[in-house]
Amino acid sequence: MARVTRSLATAFVIGLTLTGCGSATPSPTGSAAALGGDITVYAAASLQGTFTELAASFEAANPGTTVVLNFAGSSALVTQIIEGAPADVFASADTDNMARLTDAALGDGEPVDFATNVLTIAVPPGNPAGITDLTDLTRPDVRLVACAPEVPCGAAAETVAASAGVTLSPVSEESSVTDVLGKVTSGEADAGLVYVTDVAAAGAAVEGIEFAEAASAVNTYPIVPVTGSASADVARAFVDYVTGSGGAAVLRAAGFGAA
Amino acid sequence: MTVPRWVFAVAGLGAVFVLLPLVAMALRVNWTEFVPLISSESSVAALLLSLRTSLAATALCVVFGVPMALVLARTDFWGQKVLRSLVLLPLVLPPVVGGIALLYTFGRRGLLGQTFGLLGIEIAFSTTAVVIAQTFVALPFLVLSLEGALRTVGSRYEAVGATLGASPTTVLRRITLPLVLPAVLSGAVLSFARALGEFGATLTFAGSLQGTTRTLPLEIYLQRETDPDTAVALSLVLVVVAVVIVSLAHRTGEPSRRRARALS
Repeated sequence: MARVTRSLATAFVIGLTLTGCGSATPSPTGSAAALGGDITVYAAASLQGTFTELAASFEAANPGTTVVLNFAGSSALVTQIIEGAPADVFASADTDNMARLTDAALGDGEPVDFATNVLTIAVPPGNPAGITDLTDLTRPDVRLVACAPEVPCGAAAETVAASAGVTLSPVSEESSVTDVLGKVTSGEADAGLVYVTDVAAAGAAVEGIEFAEAASAVNTYPIVPVTGSASADVARAFVDYVTGSGGAAVLRAAGFGAA
Repeated sequence: MTVPRWVFAVAGLGAVFVLLPLVAMALRVNWTEFVPLISSESSVAALLLSLRTSLAATALCVVFGVPMALVLARTDFWGQKVLRSLVLLPLVLPPVVGGIALLYTFGRRGLLGQTFGLLGIEIAFSTTAVVIAQTFVALPFLVLSLEGALRTVGSRYEAVGATLGASPTTVLRRITLPLVLPAVLSGAVLSFARALGEFGATLTFAGSLQGTTRTLPLEIYLQRETDPDTAVALSLVLVVVAVVIVSLAHRTGEPSRRRARALS
């Protein structure tokens, strides 16, 4: 049933219909008026690779604009924005944290869902514990590391465990998916529950093992311009760019699903 | 000396800089919910674990730190200066770096971890790992304060004891240690405080599991994600504990300084 893949990105691209612009190189936004100004984008940590790439191509397509990126956990980012941090765009890894922003009336318009992510099992290269599916994670000799239920990846882990009818007892419940991945790449843990995009980005440092129940906890990524931006037009253009075909191509290549 | 007035002004600004954030935090505490917030199951588990591991780490600091301070203060050998700087390294090292270093030492695939594994001892993800991380960052505090005290006290009494026929161990037990006991205590209190606040090395090296490895700082970091009220309430608890400890350290440290002055 489960299948080991070195890079889940490939597996994920298959079966997904790429929209209109199928090329991997994103095309310019096509707005007629020349854009100018600096924006600061607060984005979930899991978007680091894709947003760094998208910001660079956005800047190339719109000379005169500068995109400054700030990556951290979505919850920490929302707290900072609510406390007055100068963000022009916010991209969250889950809808709950986006709701905190919009509840504080800081979203300029409705947030747009632009990507999805699902959990996968990450194991050290060579899969020393011989994990093949989710039930293997309940074996007493398997040292599993997951996120704490308080953070989105941990909530997702609980959901998939419930839908598989198993009870997970991790040796450690981390605050971020990065910490889970670190415990797996260092070989401390036999397995970790992380997002497919994390495994894709980690390259040869870990192997990913898909499992069917992952579909029961799909994480949705929304993005919105933040109110009060000094470069509201650039912020809006960047959001359009990420949610458009160019953004989709980059996100799909990194393993994200279509929203 | 008479302190110039402008010094007071700058000192006052410095004090405000340190105290204002604490006041700001105290203002955010949800006082009506304070007791339930800090007495929840996970909060109590984290507090008890923190106290337990910090005490164990402090004991280890005393066991290893006192001999280390003695060697650094009372002997002279080639490379001592370099050794001292290296021993004090955890003071300036970012705790995360300490955690990574510990991981590669005691971790499952680490330098010593494989040997421990063969002996059936698993350190990663255990409370032992927390104590190791805390000892690693807290040890320099004890060594540093004790070495300073040993140097200030001087070795004249020790020399007299030795000429009267006391063995080195008797001199250590009857003269040196009683003289610097206040410094050992204040050093131990400082080490305890540092161990209590340990976060980065623990998170990197030991993991985070309620009752096993999730100490109070880790619990605060986690609660901040979903429950800022609990995070703030627990932060205040940690601040209060720290204030009590620092004042304790000051009180125990005072006599050693006074005695040192009388001796010199």
